[in-house]
Amino acid sequence: MAIHIDAEKCTGCGSCVGVCPFGLIEVIDDLAVIKEGCNLCGACKDVCGFEAIVIEQVEQEASEGYSGVWVFAEQRGGNLKAVSFELVTEGRKLADKLGTHLAAVCLGHNVNAVDQLIAYGADKVYLADDPALADHQEDYYTSLLVDLVREYRPEIMLAGATAMGRSFIPRVASILHTGLTADCTGLDIDPETSLLLQTRPTFGGNVMATIMCQAKRPQMSTVRPHVFKKGTPDQQRNGEVVKVDFNKEAVTARTKMLEFVEDLSEKVKLDDAEIIVSGGRGLGGPDNFAIVKELADALGAAVGSSRPPVDEGWIPYSHQVGQTGKTVCPKVYIACGISGSVQHMAGMQTSEVIVAINEDPNAPIFEIATYGIVGDLFKVLPMLTAKLNNSRG
Amino acid sequence: MEYFFSEQQKLIRSIARRIADERIVPVRAELDEKEEFPWDLVKDMADADLFRVFIPEEYEGLGEGCLSLCVAVEELSRACCGVALTYAANALGAMPILLYGSDEQKSKYLPSIASGERLTAFGLTESGAGSDAGAIKTTATPEGNEYVINGTKQFMTNGGEAEIYTVIALTNPAKGSRGASAFIVEKDTPGFTFGKKEKKMGIRTSATRELVFRNCRVPKENLIGKEGMGFLVTMKTLDTSRPGVAALAIGLAQGALEAAVAYAKQREQFGHPISAIQAVQHIIANMAMELEAARALVYATARTVDAGVKNYSEEGAMAKVFATDMAMKVTTDAVQVFGGVGYMRDYPVEKMMRDAKINQIYEGTNQVLRNVIALDVLKRKAQVP
Amino acid sequence: MNIVVCIKQVPGTTEIQIHPETNTLVREGVESIINPFDTYALEEGVRLRERFGGKVTVTTMGPPQADTALREAISLGADEAVLFSDRVFAGSDTWATAYVLSRGLTKMGGYDLVILGKQTLDGDTGQVGPGLAEMLKLPFVAYVSRIDDIQDGRIRVQRMVEEGYETFEIQLPAIITVVKEINVPRVPSLRGSMKAKTAQVPVWSAEEMGVDPDKAGIAGSPTRVVRIFFPKRERKSEMLTGTLEEQVSALADRLGETV
Repeated sequence: MAIHIDAEKCTGCGSCVGVCPFGLIEVIDDLAVIKEGCNLCGACKDVCGFEAIVIEQVEQEASEGYSGVWVFAEQRGGNLKAVSFELVTEGRKLADKLGTHLAAVCLGHNVNAVDQLIAYGADKVYLADDPALADHQEDYYTSLLVDLVREYRPEIMLAGATAMGRSFIPRVASILHTGLTADCTGLDIDPETSLLLQTRPTFGGNVMATIMCQAKRPQMSTVRPHVFKKGTPDQQRNGEVVKVDFNKEAVTARTKMLEFVEDLSEKVKLDDAEIIVSGGRGLGGPDNFAIVKELADALGAAVGSSRPPVDEGWIPYSHQVGQTGKTVCPKVYIACGISGSVQHMAGMQTSEVIVAINEDPNAPIFEIATYGIVGDLFKVLPMLTAKLNNSRG
Repeated sequence: MEYFFSEQQKLIRSIARRIADERIVPVRAELDEKEEFPWDLVKDMADADLFRVFIPEEYEGLGEGCLSLCVAVEELSRACCGVALTYAANALGAMPILLYGSDEQKSKYLPSIASGERLTAFGLTESGAGSDAGAIKTTATPEGNEYVINGTKQFMTNGGEAEIYTVIALTNPAKGSRGASAFIVEKDTPGFTFGKKEKKMGIRTSATRELVFRNCRVPKENLIGKEGMGFLVTMKTLDTSRPGVAALAIGLAQGALEAAVAYAKQREQFGHPISAIQAVQHIIANMAMELEAARALVYATARTVDAGVKNYSEEGAMAKVFATDMAMKVTTDAVQVFGGVGYMRDYPVEKMMRDAKINQIYEGTNQVLRNVIALDVLKRKAQVP
Repeated sequence: MNIVVCIKQVPGTTEIQIHPETNTLVREGVESIINPFDTYALEEGVRLRERFGGKVTVTTMGPPQADTALREAISLGADEAVLFSDRVFAGSDTWATAYVLSRGLTKMGGYDLVILGKQTLDGDTGQVGPGLAEMLKLPFVAYVSRIDDIQDGRIRVQRMVEEGYETFEIQLPAIITVVKEINVPRVPSLRGSMKAKTAQVPVWSAEEMGVDPDKAGIAGSPTRVVRIFFPKRERKSEMLTGTLEEQVSALADRLGETV
């Protein structure tokens, strides 16, 4: 195994046993034994006071010829998505740390304001403009992006963890036989190895993992929208837009999109909302979402929900925030009558400001709240709504 | 209390309970309010193979016995008596075919009952013949290869929704009750229609309708057993389904007791939960005791039936009377424990109390059954072997 | 129709707690369950079988105890099950997992549709479905929320995106991942539960599946976890005080600053 216990040094103290997130260590006859399934996270090694745990270092394949940070700039209907600019901002920081260039890749047809990618920090934009690319046909996108990567060899590639991103980017990674880490909440460069450090939550956010792709290139990551903030665009920035050809005939499109129906039901969509007001079990019933909605209207916010109201049928699943619902990262998240289960918090804990309103002072949500009010939401919400409406004049 | 169920019975209980908790509880109030027939739940029960429980294996059933059926009924009833009744009445309607049907009849009807594709109903009661079942007037006149049925049945559970009806009618009116026979009549047979749907105090999700026969012709093959066997079929059918009715009551009371206990533990008055008040504790203790005694009696009766004992009419009657009287009391007590909110339709117990009443009336009123019990006790001089 | 559903056995996350003093994971009594998203995949497979005939085979890559998840899937309607298990597979990341599954499915052959859940509760990546599609070179649609029809060897599906719904038509054989909106999974059936108890669940090894050990397990995983830590909740938590009026006032002020 790539990990082993040095029997001479191990005293059987058992410090490593509790620390293994997968429960794989046992002390047998005063010697630690690591069972199968270890993925070399190193948590045990960090804690061993006797340096008895040895993990073989992976030989880094020469990453020769690979340089540059790329961002896949997603667009829909000709408009670049916010996440594209967020990733360019973040990608710029990574490129600067590496002393290399940042490029954005944009596939589509008649995409507006592509130069804004440069304003936000890209040095280059690889733009493929073709009517065939207008409908984000994923077979085309996959094939074209793979071709571009093979031609230009970036060392890092970032993409938004959107529905499209999570659908075709894994295909690209698979073809390139490289590593992809999904839903990263943190990106950094390791000063020693110059490798990308990709951090993400696991087990519903209770545990964080840092992941590296040591031997393969490009190192790929997807990032949820609004995890990173987009910077301020500098319209004076210089950059180059490189037009890229797309040869449709070389790719067989095996899926045919027949139609697209826009969901116009929500005034403010949850995914892009800057402010979200969510209701939980504490609301007691479907009709009480009305007071949540009133507060949301006063703030220009979207309405969210924890899982219990959705399960009870009080509000549709499209509003559910949490591990099995949507992940959001708004500026302000107001949780009303939500106790704060691990699964719910996994869906909103990276919000900038979290407000919790709950009758139970011991509700877990208060642990991550920026501001907390212990009180009856049926009183607090209308009061807050009134105050906000009044101050508007 | 431990009742030493078989693995199969435990499995039936756990699956029926999952359906109860995950599917029935969320919709029971709405079904009751709107008096809607629970077709979606029928599908859930069918998918889970619950309708196969009481059908023999050779007809695509699971060949389980009376106790297994009682367990399923009990778990469903814990969530909603009306939904459980829809399920149990299905067993009742199939019983004449199960007990006295020919192989052809069993092969023709039982598989689709087992799959839950078609529901059944049992037709005996008429407006002039309730407890006095012998006073039925519906006739089935033999004519060549057919029987022509005329008459009206009242208060049929699953009436209008079921597709297979087992109906008792007089083939020889001159002989009175000895001239009755049992028939299978399918929905959409010309001359067979339904009356209005009754508006009831409780079990409102269950459909209760009149069956109206006007020169309804059924083939000879639809006669169950022989002419004149009608009342034998009826007696045996009712005896065999009595434990099921008792199970309805057990489940109903169980649901009420659980709700009352949960409420009492969190409702605070005078600075503490009302479950700390001795008066409330005594109510709860009585509820629990009576429920457990009834439960033990019902299970013992079901085991007697499963053991192949020939005559269990006394046991069946005792189980039904005791359990249903208990359920009426326990559900009423549950409302009392809840106090004011227990009277409100937002809380589940007032429905349980409304549901409980009918169980003391149908399948043999508790008064008629006391007669049955008394006569049997007198006959055996109250002695036990 | 020959349908294959790939599931994963995961820890029921609600059970994972952090010991308040040692800051380590408390793993006693952690229950293993079928990944919730996979139950929707399985239900959809069973419904397609009910509609079009055929059979549903459920598979998983996992340790020997994943057998219980496969049996549970049988009680939920799957006809057959196969377990891909070998020590060589341990520690696989999503690329390696997709590779192993692709070897298993290739050995199985003859399938029309492969269905997976949108993502797992413990990994959350949603990458195995698309990765598998590439390795098997099959047409792929993710986030399917409804299957409209299957006709002439083509399947028409509806899939969810942030802005609404798209309708796609793809040629079979194909792979799809499904979302929660697609159906309501059934409760296990009595016959299914009985069948699950006595079912034969073959276990396929790496050798039988033609798995190249360099491409599976840790050896085959391009990504590696280098560190696991518990997030410090560095948040200046301010519990507002005063009368309710005062608290609401304070909150409104703070919101005004942020918004």
